Amino acid sequence: MSKANLLDRRSVVSELLKDRNGTIAVGGLGASTYDIAAAGDDDRNFYLWGGMGGAVMIGLGLALAQPELPVIVITGDGEMLMGLGSLATVGVQKPANLSIVVLDNEAYGETGGQVSHTAASVDLVGVAKACGIADSRAITTMAEVEAFAVSLKEASRGPRFANVKIDGANLERVLSSRDGTFIVNRLRGSLGHQPI
Amino acid sequence: MHARTETASDSQPAWPEEIFSTLQRFDVRQVPYVPDAGHSQLIERVLGSSTMRGIPLTTEEEGVALLLGAWAGGQRGVLLMQSSGVGNCINMLSLTQIFRFPFLTLVTMRGEWGEFNPWQVPMGSNTQAAFELCGVKVLRATHPEEVREVVEAGAAQAYNAATPTAVLLSQRLIGAKVFVK
Repeated sequence: MSKANLLDRRSVVSELLKDRNGTIAVGGLGASTYDIAAAGDDDRNFYLWGGMGGAVMIGLGLALAQPELPVIVITGDGEMLMGLGSLATVGVQKPANLSIVVLDNEAYGETGGQVSHTAASVDLVGVAKACGIADSRAITTMAEVEAFAVSLKEASRGPRFANVKIDGANLERVLSSRDGTFIVNRLRGSLGHQPI
Repeated sequence: MHARTETASDSQPAWPEEIFSTLQRFDVRQVPYVPDAGHSQLIERVLGSSTMRGIPLTTEEEGVALLLGAWAGGQRGVLLMQSSGVGNCINMLSLTQIFRFPFLTLVTMRGEWGEFNPWQVPMGSNTQAAFELCGVKVLRATHPEEVREVVEAGAAQAYNAATPTAVLLSQRLIGAKVFVK
């Protein structure tokens, strides 16, 4: 089923999170969260195990609260499709420090590989552009991933959106913490905020 | 019962302004909303504020996720919506239980007190129960003179005790919407 020249999701994510410069990374539920965990645990990793469709909005709230820090949302095509409206909301707010990366394998990998809308007809880059995210691109090579990774850490000239076609391999799960209070208080602590 | 019309020619009530001052006092910074006529005065104040950011949404569940992100980044927020929007939030309200973050929403009620539009009734009748099933505490303000106190109590328990809270603003308070040709 895999086509030629599709990228490996773990290589893409570890490239995106290299030399973080304080970057906050939000991972959509499922494989995207495992990819972020595989790239290395970090106080500023915000892992999701549910809340499907909410990853971009969590990233938006973070980006508006911390305008000096790069915020990257890394999620899958299924999770993005469930929250398409959030691209419209980001397009209105236009936070310069927010980047959204969709790892698009055209399938719901976590539930048995059922095909998603991106396999048939949906062009997520087109959707993001039409929502007012001017810097929206399709990424097909590691060189493009590297360039994107550098620009997102400047926390300026966003919002930006990238759709990365990845291969459909189901990789071994790398399990992050599933404890929300731990995850959120650890991130807040790294930003100098106390628990209540 | 008093009636609300779509033209705002009559003098504006004081309670939306009281809500705005309460939110300012609690240092609320992000205010996601799906518009409702009952929230229009408050939304205008928020959009004109230099300390708050009004964030229009395409659907209410976006606001639940946004408030989690805001809190994770160190800011407080409040979600403004109408009772029908509560149904759109159900799964996303899981975030309030998992992350135990200070979730506050102010909900203008439809589907009660002289409602004209039957389509508002099913969700309006189940708004409080839906919140409670999702673990969100519910307070209600019905009369103008109690709005300040109720919103203040809601904000206090949400922000000080991280207790997810919804304040319902009764249709009796807002006035039933009048449909004229």
